[in-house]
Amino acid sequence: MLLNHARLMRFFVEAQDIVGRKKLQKMIYILKKTGVPFNEKFAFHFYGPYSEELTLRIEELCNLGFIIEEKQDKGHYSQYHYRISQAGQQFLEQAPDDLPNCKEQIELLNNQRSRFLELVATMLFFEDLPRHEVEKKVQEVKASANYSEEELKEAWQFLDQLQQFH
Amino acid sequence: MTYRDQQLREEKVFKDPVHSYVHVRDQVIWDLIGTREFQRLRRIKQLGTTFLTFHGAEHSRFSHSLGVYEIIRRITDNFSGRPNWNPEERLLCLTAALLHDLGHGPYSHSFEKIFDLDHEDFTKKMILGQTEINAILAKVSPYFPKKVAEVINKTYHNKLVVSLISSQIDADRMDYLQRDAYYTGVSYGHFDMERILRVMRPLPDKVVIKSSGMHAVEDYIMSRYQMYWQVYFHPVSRSAEVLLSKILHRVKALYQKQYPFKQEPIHFLSFFTGEIAIEDYINLDETIVMYYFQMWMNEEDPILSDLCQRFTNRRLFQYTDFNPIRKITELKELTYLFENVGIDPDYYLVVDSSSDLPYDFYRPGEEEERLPIYLQMTDGELVELSRASEIVESISGKKRTDHKLYYPADLIEQLPDHKIEKGRIKALLGLK
Repeated sequence: MLLNHARLMRFFVEAQDIVGRKKLQKMIYILKKTGVPFNEKFAFHFYGPYSEELTLRIEELCNLGFIIEEKQDKGHYSQYHYRISQAGQQFLEQAPDDLPNCKEQIELLNNQRSRFLELVATMLFFEDLPRHEVEKKVQEVKASANYSEEELKEAWQFLDQLQQFH
Repeated sequence: MTYRDQQLREEKVFKDPVHSYVHVRDQVIWDLIGTREFQRLRRIKQLGTTFLTFHGAEHSRFSHSLGVYEIIRRITDNFSGRPNWNPEERLLCLTAALLHDLGHGPYSHSFEKIFDLDHEDFTKKMILGQTEINAILAKVSPYFPKKVAEVINKTYHNKLVVSLISSQIDADRMDYLQRDAYYTGVSYGHFDMERILRVMRPLPDKVVIKSSGMHAVEDYIMSRYQMYWQVYFHPVSRSAEVLLSKILHRVKALYQKQYPFKQEPIHFLSFFTGEIAIEDYINLDETIVMYYFQMWMNEEDPILSDLCQRFTNRRLFQYTDFNPIRKITELKELTYLFENVGIDPDYYLVVDSSSDLPYDFYRPGEEEERLPIYLQMTDGELVELSRASEIVESISGKKRTDHKLYYPADLIEQLPDHKIEKGRIKALLGLK
């Protein structure tokens, strides 16, 4: 019952604080790609993998008071902070989740910048392509982000690092 | 003349209740419509189980796909000669529009959840694999199938082309809102599409709406909002979807336990093993699924038999609002009571949330990957729709979510009256 919700709440327990909707989306996508059993369906949406289902589920958790969403005005845009509430913690005690221990992965991802996670998630989306085509495709679909050679190299290293969690 | 540019000697038309006529001039489009993979879409309903709530909703993905094609045909005609529009992309747009739902399977939402599938993957496989569709696309050019797959997958480099097929105001949504409204018979879902098409403007990376067309777009957003709650999230349709999921769940579990089926699920075997050949996927449509459900009504397994007769004969589960904050303890008690009286809660006590369904409503898209709808003001400035429209702002800021608990009221009623559990279950579910 509400297992998918409970898994997400466990994620928030481990992450403690997530800054940015995009970061949240990318973290869940990357975790899913490394075998963590999140059930939300992702598709490519203009600039990278995105899950409408995840957005809706987070809204549900916020409406229920299990997740706290705080909006910060950053001038040109708004930034959202997420953390689990006490009610959410209590719910998790009643409706246990089955998320395997992935605290280390979550921490590793949460320590990265949103822009970098966007790059890594997009590379993972094209993982079936040969390496040089992945880079070409990333530059094509994320042309406005203008990722440097250095960033791409760093992302490949990060992907190798993620392999250990598979 | 190349195959790409080949026109039919005489324009073909399909009579259509939503767009009046669907016009086909290109030989490529005509040939694609005639393929077995595209014809299969006649046997896949656009709205899955919704016909059990709105009896008119029997329309197929075939008619929707033709509708999306027709809208794109009109848009590309309107764009002809405008800045930022490359007429070389016309056939690609038409083809992607026609084929965008090609990979949908029978009752695909439930199938995808239970068997961990993705219809977009199958669309890609049908376009790139050994299919009649691929043979036609490859005649246009060796690179054409890949381009079509990329547009549908939203990874094509020309974002304008992608946004016509898939964005917050795309041909897909404009067709299904009107078509679903027509076939369900509801009075929502209508908007002035002709006006929207007239005020659409191509930019290098997206399509925008001329600001004078804002009210037509408001109408579209309202239609989308109302259809979302009145049709797509209808609790009775969700009940049918719950049943369908539980049938698939049960049949998969039985197969894994090597249950001796009277009607062996031959068409489902590759779905159980997860190694689905494209041919197996194409061969499974809703007529086949309904045949199995009919046959499984006679299985020895009481759960499979009961669920199939419920779906076939529309004996749906009842529902009640479920608030996870207040009701989680009650749900645990109900689960315990159901087990005690021999009603398997895994199949007969189901929480369904609004996030379990594949429809969405308009969001301005702050910080997300989703491209919002932009109005192009007279000075060329782009303004996100909800910042200019109070109507859109008022509904896009509201977050409405919903959870329901589904259960078989008839099975509970059939419990002997002396059973203490019966009274308690009825009390917890609010049954008299």
